Amino acid sequence: MNISASILEIAVVLLGVVIMLADLWTPPKYKSWLGVGSAAGLLLILAGSFFLQVNEPIQAFGGMYVLDAFALFFKRFFIVATMLVLLISVEYSKKFQSGSGEYFSLSLFALSGMMFAASANHFALLFVSLELITITFYILTSFLRHQIISLEAGIKYLILGALSSAFLLYGIALVYGATGTMQFDALRAQSANMVQSPLLLVGLLMILAGLGFKIAAFPFQIWAPDVYQGSPNSTTAFLAVGSKAAGFALLMRLLMSAVPDVALSWEPLLMGMAAITILYGNLCALPQRNLKRLLGYSSIAHAGYLMMGVAAMSLNGSGAILYYLSGYLFTVIAAFLVIILVMQHTGAEDIIQLAQLHQRAPGLAGMLALSMVSLAGIPPLAGFFGKFLLLRAVLEQASVHTAYYGLVAVAVIGVVISLVYYFGIIRTIYWEKQQLVADEIHVSPLSRVVLWVCAVLMIYLGILPNRLMEAASTAVESLKF
Amino acid sequence: MSILSFILILPLLGAALVALQPGKSRLSIRAIALITTFLSMMLAIFAFVGFQGAAQGLGGFRYVQKINWVESLDINYLVGADGINIGLILMASIVSFAAVCVSHSIENRIKEFHFLMLIMIAGILGAFMSIDLFFFYFFHELALVPTFIMIGVWGRGEQRQYATFKMTLYLTLGALVALAGLVLLYVESGARTFDLIALSQQLGANPLRPESQQLIFGFLLFGFGILVSLWPFHSWAPIGYGAAPTATAMLHAGVLKKFGIYGLIRVALPLLPQGAHDWAQVLAWLCLGNILYCGWVAMRQKDLNQLIGHSSVAHMGFVFLGIASLSLIGLSGAVLVMIAHGFLAALCFALSGYLWDQKKTLEMSRYGGLLQQIPFIGTLLVMAMMAGCGLPGFANFAGEVTVLFGAWQTLPSFVIGTTWGALIIGAIYALRAIRRMLHGPVAEGTIPVIDTPHYWAKLPYLLLIGCLLLFGIFPSLLTERISQSMKPIIKAIEAGNQRELILLANEPAKPMNRLSGANQP
Repeated sequence: MNISASILEIAVVLLGVVIMLADLWTPPKYKSWLGVGSAAGLLLILAGSFFLQVNEPIQAFGGMYVLDAFALFFKRFFIVATMLVLLISVEYSKKFQSGSGEYFSLSLFALSGMMFAASANHFALLFVSLELITITFYILTSFLRHQIISLEAGIKYLILGALSSAFLLYGIALVYGATGTMQFDALRAQSANMVQSPLLLVGLLMILAGLGFKIAAFPFQIWAPDVYQGSPNSTTAFLAVGSKAAGFALLMRLLMSAVPDVALSWEPLLMGMAAITILYGNLCALPQRNLKRLLGYSSIAHAGYLMMGVAAMSLNGSGAILYYLSGYLFTVIAAFLVIILVMQHTGAEDIIQLAQLHQRAPGLAGMLALSMVSLAGIPPLAGFFGKFLLLRAVLEQASVHTAYYGLVAVAVIGVVISLVYYFGIIRTIYWEKQQLVADEIHVSPLSRVVLWVCAVLMIYLGILPNRLMEAASTAVESLKF
Repeated sequence: MSILSFILILPLLGAALVALQPGKSRLSIRAIALITTFLSMMLAIFAFVGFQGAAQGLGGFRYVQKINWVESLDINYLVGADGINIGLILMASIVSFAAVCVSHSIENRIKEFHFLMLIMIAGILGAFMSIDLFFFYFFHELALVPTFIMIGVWGRGEQRQYATFKMTLYLTLGALVALAGLVLLYVESGARTFDLIALSQQLGANPLRPESQQLIFGFLLFGFGILVSLWPFHSWAPIGYGAAPTATAMLHAGVLKKFGIYGLIRVALPLLPQGAHDWAQVLAWLCLGNILYCGWVAMRQKDLNQLIGHSSVAHMGFVFLGIASLSLIGLSGAVLVMIAHGFLAALCFALSGYLWDQKKTLEMSRYGGLLQQIPFIGTLLVMAMMAGCGLPGFANFAGEVTVLFGAWQTLPSFVIGTTWGALIIGAIYALRAIRRMLHGPVAEGTIPVIDTPHYWAKLPYLLLIGCLLLFGIFPSLLTERISQSMKPIIKAIEAGNQRELILLANEPAKPMNRLSGANQP
């Protein structure tokens, strides 16, 4: 009963409670400072995480919870992600007519759910943490209660999320029925003998469906564009990065730690999922005129690229996923912050709102262009190196199984298609003919800091990848694949 | 700190300095750009002249510098020069300086333009001096986004949106296919390194299976080929160059396009000799497509930029023929054509840019009697067109004739087709352009064109034509260096051929062993 292993989650939950309480006594004018306060608290927790030693995995709660290098990497990732999301929601919280204090503490509770998910070593904890994340997000998505599109997004997410939770639970029950255990270490031993068992396979497929919903992979991606478009911008950013990363953390631990033998026999399925997701996301993003919806579809495409890393079924593939997610984090945060700043007056979200942005706000224009270039995968930015690592992982497998060449071909086609819309945004920013009469864009010092941090890290992860690559390899080694 | 790193850093430093300048100070921005590219050019000339021949073997690089970058993948910043790329680096730096010189006509958003141009120049120079496969790709891609933005913002014509997207998508497709090939090489060779020297040693000792070689060479051929406008993936080039501002067209058509061929010669040929043999015929047919098809299309063009663009694609056919010949003379000729064509394309686009600045149109029928109006530019245009035809005295002739000689042994019929295509078709469109635009009476009712006002304006054109003449009259300056470094590559190709022959010779032994003693046919 080793509670101290989960010290980080406890700290985060306590911070969330403190923020909720502080909200009672904060006058409305200073509510946004709660966001800054929670980000500062998270910074302290992040610093504290570096004092944890995980040379050997630490188990807690009877084997349900494991703290190893993989879990720690993702915990730090989630803390950084939430920190940045809180900072951009400070900017966005002016739109909330009430309840911005609760928004911050709910984000912190979602973070705790993600951190538990990173450490899940048992189906019960997997389900509970997933639900903690998803239910919190139901609320965060419909936070703009006076806008029908936000409520609609929340309801869609709720219904489809409930459906996927049902699949997940049924799958867990089947797996338990087949193997008699829900704990991942025991499952690993059991499933080695039961690779052909239909009960186990169907159960795992249903669990894959539940997790596929979280990462917005085909064919579970229908909710993503609508929910991304309707949510408040900061929630969209949180969904795009945090929720997706949590799904991938669970997927990786499940497939590579818990049922590696089954996962190896599933390579064609995973390859197919990855390929169709990439094509679906990129093709559907082409005609989009709404910027948030476009980023929603592009997020599906990125989930496809990440699935390539899962389909590669190798340590290199998993390390590549971790690297890609890290680069993706800073890119998405920067992009959404620019969107929040540019569209805070107009409220409309069409791409045309960005027309000639370089004249109105050259710094913001440069930042958005940098994000688009990184998402497209052009050197010397983080997005390129992440894609390079994924490509290497898949090609390493291709020399053994030639079907992977098809996946590489699809990925190349996907990247080329994605260039059309990413560079289309750059085109609108820099040389769109239509002139827009628009207000002056006010950029607060806090936003400036966040943008600079994201830009520096995007470039850093593109040209000095050593540190993060080492951290990622150490993390995936603890999966014991 | 190798001299090559200095050549690379100067444009990057210039870009950083330009970014710090206020947007309106034209003088400081132009000065920074001109000085940094001038210094880069001087260093490149110094390096070229001081290059006294490569060391022996495939690892024979000079001015090498290595900085460890990613230990786990063994990717390093590794630059070096041998006979093949020293000439290319020289050409790149001279064309870069000329491109900066002719950009004086850019009026709006000077700062962004020069910033992007300097980054593009750094990418180009880095790509030619890299001996690490990863950085090879990295530097080339670095030049992609600046190209996209430059054509979109400062480009010409109604078609420029379409042109810039087509060009960027095609180039990205080619680059990604080539990257897949390079990563496959890294994975399959077992050397776990991107270092070209180590890879060539590893693959010299243990070459890949013929099937792997065929596959990877195919990836590289089509990937790099798209980057060099190999037929039938060439349609991005004329439309892209037609819409591009002058400096971008010069840099891209003149220099960046050569990156693909350089990649084939540097990476694909020595490391995958068996694959090269298998694909040589295909390449020869496609090169005919370049020369004949694109030459024919060039004949029908009414716009000068489109004409030059198509003719530049057609000239690439020569280079491909040289590669397909897989002979020392042919390959040396290919590199020579690369360097010569770099200068030529840059000069042609610079001249057409000059005309565009004055009259805002490049329709050849709107011009006439230019030799009377602007003798200096007119003479240069005649010389450029004639050089493109392959007139002796210009570097292009030296290169083309070398390629034709080199290819005669292995691909005689292709040589005949190429000669006919290049000389006759080339002469037709070149002479037609000269007649329509330069000769004859001054066209009535047209806006008069002014000649270059002072010597500084003449400088970039004189520089380019000077190089064409220099290397045309003394091609040994280049060929000595090229052939020395080409010999190890030819040796590697022939070693691959030998191995194949030995394998074939060994096969009949098997049936005889199985049926003991009986003679099987």
